[in-house]
Amino acid sequence: MGGRDTDIVLLDENGIRSDGRKVNETRKVSIKAGVLKNANGSAYIEFGDNKILVGVYGPRDVHPKHMSDTNTGILRCRYHMTPFSVGERKNPAPSRREIEISKVIKEALEPAVMLKQFPRTAVDVYMEVLQADGGTRCAALTGASVALADAGIPMRDLVAGCAAGKAADTIILDVNNEEDQAGQADLPVGYMPNLEKVTLLQLDGILTSDEYKKCLEIGIDGCKQVYEIQKKALQDKYFAKGDQNNG
Amino acid sequence: MANSPIIDTLKKTHILELLKDGKRLDGRSLDQPRELSIDIGVIPKAEGSARARLGDTEVVAGVKVQPERPFPDTGDQGMLMCTAEILPIAHPTAETGPPTPDVVELARVTDRGIRESKMLDMKQLVLEKDKSVIGIFCDNAVTDHDGNLFDVCSYATTAALNSCKLPKYEMKDDAPVKIEGEVSDPPIATLPVSVTMIRIGEHILVDPNMDEWTCLDARITITTNSDGNIVALQKGGSEGFTHEQLTNCAEMSIQVGKKIREIIKTASEGSN
Repeated sequence: MGGRDTDIVLLDENGIRSDGRKVNETRKVSIKAGVLKNANGSAYIEFGDNKILVGVYGPRDVHPKHMSDTNTGILRCRYHMTPFSVGERKNPAPSRREIEISKVIKEALEPAVMLKQFPRTAVDVYMEVLQADGGTRCAALTGASVALADAGIPMRDLVAGCAAGKAADTIILDVNNEEDQAGQADLPVGYMPNLEKVTLLQLDGILTSDEYKKCLEIGIDGCKQVYEIQKKALQDKYFAKGDQNNG
Repeated sequence: MANSPIIDTLKKTHILELLKDGKRLDGRSLDQPRELSIDIGVIPKAEGSARARLGDTEVVAGVKVQPERPFPDTGDQGMLMCTAEILPIAHPTAETGPPTPDVVELARVTDRGIRESKMLDMKQLVLEKDKSVIGIFCDNAVTDHDGNLFDVCSYATTAALNSCKLPKYEMKDDAPVKIEGEVSDPPIATLPVSVTMIRIGEHILVDPNMDEWTCLDARITITTNSDGNIVALQKGGSEGFTHEQLTNCAEMSIQVGKKIREIIKTASEGSN
């Protein structure tokens, strides 16, 4: 972690965090499926102050052609931050951080997506971070799952994302930007609730073996909460009462 | 990794077949890393260096030290950067050109293990607050690739940093000037060591070689420090882990890491 000196009180004497949450509480998450006209599937997610738009194209022809695989479809992911998404303007060119996050999100989604059904094609997932406030990779992953489902791509499960971490010597759920900068550890988790598999896991910061176990446990629990919101987003679009025009 | 060769189906079947009895192609037990050898000070012109060889995977790490202008928000700390690249001599499929996502990940995971462990006390590397700090750069060059680059880079980096000698500088007219002939030991606080495990079916294998690497369902790299705490972690591969497997992997990384740390320590002591 940054370990930067700061005056912010991350946890007050009543166990309340700087943004008013309890230690085991996620930020407010809202997801809307099907927000873009051109994309085959899309989702808009607000995860606290994170605002992320995800568009899915495909299955479609692969360009460049040499990337195509005769045995299976391929999944391509791009996580990208807009220059205005953070405090100081971010250079719009993809950074090494974004390349890495794109890769871990791709590997987190792959177990869920049944690509074998679409050989020689590509499914492209574009995640645009419009505003960032800590935990964007989990939020982007969560939104991407919904967008893939919205695109009608066959999936074994949804992948939900939520981070756990440590700040002010306490294990907390869903680390926000302040807690990420001044806290002690951040453990983003991606989880498939039905298949009970962790598909994204990273850590930076120091945890004892017991703290790691606890973080993993509440992280998975957070993912299960997020999963309910993902399902609701899809239900709202496809099973809204009296609305037969959707889908 | 994208630069793995396609091993023939027979070999793959054989690996899976052996695993049913808990055996591996090269005779190791599942939780046994390949033999590690570390040579310290192989590049005298670098301020610190190490060659790490884990089985047939080899990396040369070199440390360069130079004064730097600090970042505006960390003017009270030295600068640290670790990188990694796969040289074209390392493998027939290794290519020159801009780094692939795999290589970017390798470099970032290597850097994260060192950085997050707080191996070096960065506060001791300030020449003048907000003006000039000591920058430590550790670059890893993969010279021979037989799988599991994460761990070899981790060991080479830790060994190279642990044994480096920092030149001394003094501030003259607002600029750092090197004092010739004077060096000091780096402010080492802990020795981070990563352990990479892969899952093939229900089996967890420590330190996979290239053949095993091509069979992986999922992989995880866990870095621990001298206190046996976990400091960094990276999951990869196109499948997942169960909660229980992740708990077991953490324990395994602590146990295996302990032995590796001793090898690095012994190598460093031998060089002094």
